Amino acid sequence: MSDLQKNKTQQASPHEPLLSVKDLQTHFYTATGIAKAVDGVSFDVDAGKTLGIVGESGSGKSVTANSIIRLLPPRTGKIVGGSIRFDGKDVLAMSQKELVSLRGSDIAMIFQDPMTSLDPVFKVGHQMVEMICAHQDISKDEAKKLAISALERVGISDPVKRMNSYPYELSGGMCQRVIIAMAVCSKPKFIIADEPTTALDVTVQARVLELLKELQRDTNTLILLITHNLGVVWEMCDDVMVMYAGKTVEKAETRELYAEPMHPYTWGLLDSIPRLSDESKGLLRTIPGVPPDLRLTGTCCNFCNRCIYAQEICHKEVPPLIEVKPNHFVACHLQNGERTLVRESGDVK
Amino acid sequence: MLKTILRRVLQIIPTLLIVVTFTFILTRMIPGNPAATILGPQASAEDIAKMEIKLGLDKPIWEQYFDYIFAVLQGDFGTSYMYNQPVTDLIASRIPNTLQITLVGLLIALVIGVCIGIYSALHQYSAGDYIFMVLALVGVSMPIFWMGLMLVKFFSVDMGLLPVSGRGDANDIIDVMRHMVLPCFCLSTIPMATFARITRSSMLESIHSDSIKALRARGIKERSVVWKHALKNALPPIVTVLGLQIAGCFTGAILTESIFAWPGMGTMIVNAITNRDYMLIQGVVLFFAIVFMIVNLIVDIVYLIINPRVNYEGGGK
Repeated sequence: MSDLQKNKTQQASPHEPLLSVKDLQTHFYTATGIAKAVDGVSFDVDAGKTLGIVGESGSGKSVTANSIIRLLPPRTGKIVGGSIRFDGKDVLAMSQKELVSLRGSDIAMIFQDPMTSLDPVFKVGHQMVEMICAHQDISKDEAKKLAISALERVGISDPVKRMNSYPYELSGGMCQRVIIAMAVCSKPKFIIADEPTTALDVTVQARVLELLKELQRDTNTLILLITHNLGVVWEMCDDVMVMYAGKTVEKAETRELYAEPMHPYTWGLLDSIPRLSDESKGLLRTIPGVPPDLRLTGTCCNFCNRCIYAQEICHKEVPPLIEVKPNHFVACHLQNGERTLVRESGDVK
Repeated sequence: MLKTILRRVLQIIPTLLIVVTFTFILTRMIPGNPAATILGPQASAEDIAKMEIKLGLDKPIWEQYFDYIFAVLQGDFGTSYMYNQPVTDLIASRIPNTLQITLVGLLIALVIGVCIGIYSALHQYSAGDYIFMVLALVGVSMPIFWMGLMLVKFFSVDMGLLPVSGRGDANDIIDVMRHMVLPCFCLSTIPMATFARITRSSMLESIHSDSIKALRARGIKERSVVWKHALKNALPPIVTVLGLQIAGCFTGAILTESIFAWPGMGTMIVNAITNRDYMLIQGVVLFFAIVFMIVNLIVDIVYLIINPRVNYEGGGK
């Protein structure tokens, strides 16, 4: 609950943000115990803004995104606490029918692997028309025209021909453009981009990100960008939230976070970006160790076993998320405003 | 596509040649002499020898083999020793009866089996899922002949609800249908159980795929997600099993028809074997092989339609 209390400054803002997630808790019920995949995550994002969520695999980034549109695996995944408000509506109180009409119209989602985001056995055009008709009250011919213009818009050459292609006949970059084109058609208020460029070639990545930015400019879209690529965050995001083992460890404006990162985990993440000018003789820096078992978290700082600064308290208490500087939140016992940690300049490993 | 189909048709020829050769050899290996069987136990050695000459059985085996191959190539499957009729005529007269129960049985199995499979996949680990899957396991495990006899005992003998055997009065449609119930049910159990299980596993795989999740994220209605997208993605294994089950049904018909005295191909081949009717056995087996291959060809073509990624032309296969 402490996260919630510390976030009061954000709650008190007079206007309601387009997306407001408070103390979200998503658990997975496995045969060997309950995995706390998302454990008390809060954030607010306004229309037209981009929030980046970074963290390594298994940190709960994607589960957070899937929780927002309530696309968790039935039976095993469950949102057990917190609230999600989007556009003034309580997402957790919505019926299945309301959710279905919300997904794909106001909220669009872009997944990591574009090759598996389209149904392999239906033609691209068919899938686009199906989606448009599901949300807009227009005829199939009109939907087809809309789809073709959207494909043109995202830079697909010969869109009429591409409408008749099967997904396997397109490259990964083209598939991702098709998916963005689908989003273009419904002019969503909110786009969740779950590692949208991870599966793509570097040359295509930039173009896909540009497209997202263009779309955002045109329709004042909110983008939730999930990534583990800190370069992408720098390019795209207004704010960044660093997640680790289901919890927010640091949250700040992008510039602030890059200029003055405060959590040891964030330091590790930033250090592990390979640099061409690096004098470390070709060795890539890493954060030693592995993330904790999500079934066993909740008794101490989740990062304590990998943290070179860890002290006794880190192994005993869960650090609360504290606003150390204006709009800069950190969850670390050693960085709570009273105590300040000095970042070691030497190699982490 | 046309090239693919043509190539498949050409592949049928060597397969059929192998089938013909094996059946020819195997039928000759059955102990017993057709000439002696036809003439009965009292026949003298001379009469049997004469009959053998008449049937062409006195010739060397390789000569008989090539005679048969040439005849088959000309569409002549020979003459049945027992019925003294061309084998093709006999097959033509019996096949509608067999198709009547196999197709109806298979259709019931397909519709019910696929629906059960989809239900089980959508309600994985629910009570209904467990019950259906246990029933399916029982269904595939029960031997046809045993179940046929049990059905007759309960529904015909004990309760008197349905006729024991036979085909009924051909002019009375209700009577024919009453006669069809037990054989069709008997034939449909194994395919139904197989369809249910294969549909369940294939649907589970497709429902949990990323593309289905993406469809849900795009706000496509659940009904369309399941019945259009997930089902079409899950179809290939179901179609494969359908192809195999059609062939299996013909084999099953041999037992079912014998139990219910249904005058189809099954009863005919059983009689042909007991009577050492070489020509008829060879003819019927060859006919089954042709049916099997045509079904397989259709399955391959259906694959091309339901799964655009299949490309038989590419790669060396």
